[in-house]
Amino acid sequence: MNKNLDLFLTFMKIGAFTFGGGYAMIPLIQREVCTNKKWLDEKEISDIVAISESTPGPIAINAATFVGYRTNGFIGACVATLGVVLPSFLIISLISFILNEFKSFKAVQYAFMGIRVAVLALILKALWMMFKSAKKKVISYVIMGAAFILTAFLKIDAVFVIIGCGLFGLIWSLLNRKEQSHDTD
Amino acid sequence: MILIKLFLTFLKIGAFTFGGGYAMIAMIQYEAERHGWLTQAELVDFVALSESTPGPLAVNMATFVGIRTGGVLGAVIATLGIVLPSFIIILIIAKCFEKFKDSKAVKGVMSGLKPAVVGMIGTAFLSVGRTVFFPNGFKLSYSSDVSFWLFLCLFAVSAVLAFRKLNPIKIILVAAVVGVGAGYGLGL
Repeated sequence: MNKNLDLFLTFMKIGAFTFGGGYAMIPLIQREVCTNKKWLDEKEISDIVAISESTPGPIAINAATFVGYRTNGFIGACVATLGVVLPSFLIISLISFILNEFKSFKAVQYAFMGIRVAVLALILKALWMMFKSAKKKVISYVIMGAAFILTAFLKIDAVFVIIGCGLFGLIWSLLNRKEQSHDTD
Repeated sequence: MILIKLFLTFLKIGAFTFGGGYAMIAMIQYEAERHGWLTQAELVDFVALSESTPGPLAVNMATFVGIRTGGVLGAVIATLGIVLPSFIIILIIAKCFEKFKDSKAVKGVMSGLKPAVVGMIGTAFLSVGRTVFFPNGFKLSYSSDVSFWLFLCLFAVSAVLAFRKLNPIKIILVAAVVGVGAGYGLGL
């Protein structure tokens, strides 16, 4: 099969069948890209996960672009990324249309009253997972608190908070280089 | 010009979202409020629908906001905006992969970013919590409201299910059924 078509279809499948996004997508990407297609090996996949953690944007997009590029250059990156985005795009467009038609229904409004509560619970879980994965250091907790207060109460644009905290982390790590070199985590 | 605004806004969100979809909620909320694109309740509904449909949360959210504010073209533009930064950055990194992976500078930046993401998800939790439980501002009268306590129980149950790693879609479905039952049962 044409390599570009193969990339496109594989990532379309990944985009169409992974729910929950993010890390939930990794096992499927792994199965398709390593086991089935042998485009990358296991180590490269874990590298992609590591890189996705330190680059912005959805992990699925990062993985698609990376695998596409490694497999077939720039065109490969384009078709793989397009493939992973297309199912989301089509499904959401359809749902948005349906939602518009049905949102005046009482039952739909009631359902969403319950659903919003569930979303709050899901956010709490995401919060806990991220909190657990952060380093257990005083400086981490200070940054957490500062970012929370700045975005929640002072209504500072999150972009500035991200830039500020990133710069702070960089400077802090440069100042503490000696200690850092002993810190393997 | 709404399309340019959509594109630039999602380009910005795509370029500065670390740590997965939930970290993005505070950012989208800030922008949506500033431009008057969505209500807080609509945003939460979109999060639920994005979570229940396949694909990355960020792409789903961008498509939703885009289609709602600028039609199909708006959806294309917003999605393009959110994908482009990832795409470009990964293309660059794919070339100098090893250097990036072991970079001390990248590690330093991430040591500041990761906790910031925790704080931002905290913000999302607070604002969504306010929308869910105190949509008309904080009032003590809520504590005598049956629906308030019912939804608080639903929150506790959903949280337990979420921490037990039940599939989010199932949690959302359960909550929808409880919402419909409560709505008709209490005559809200």
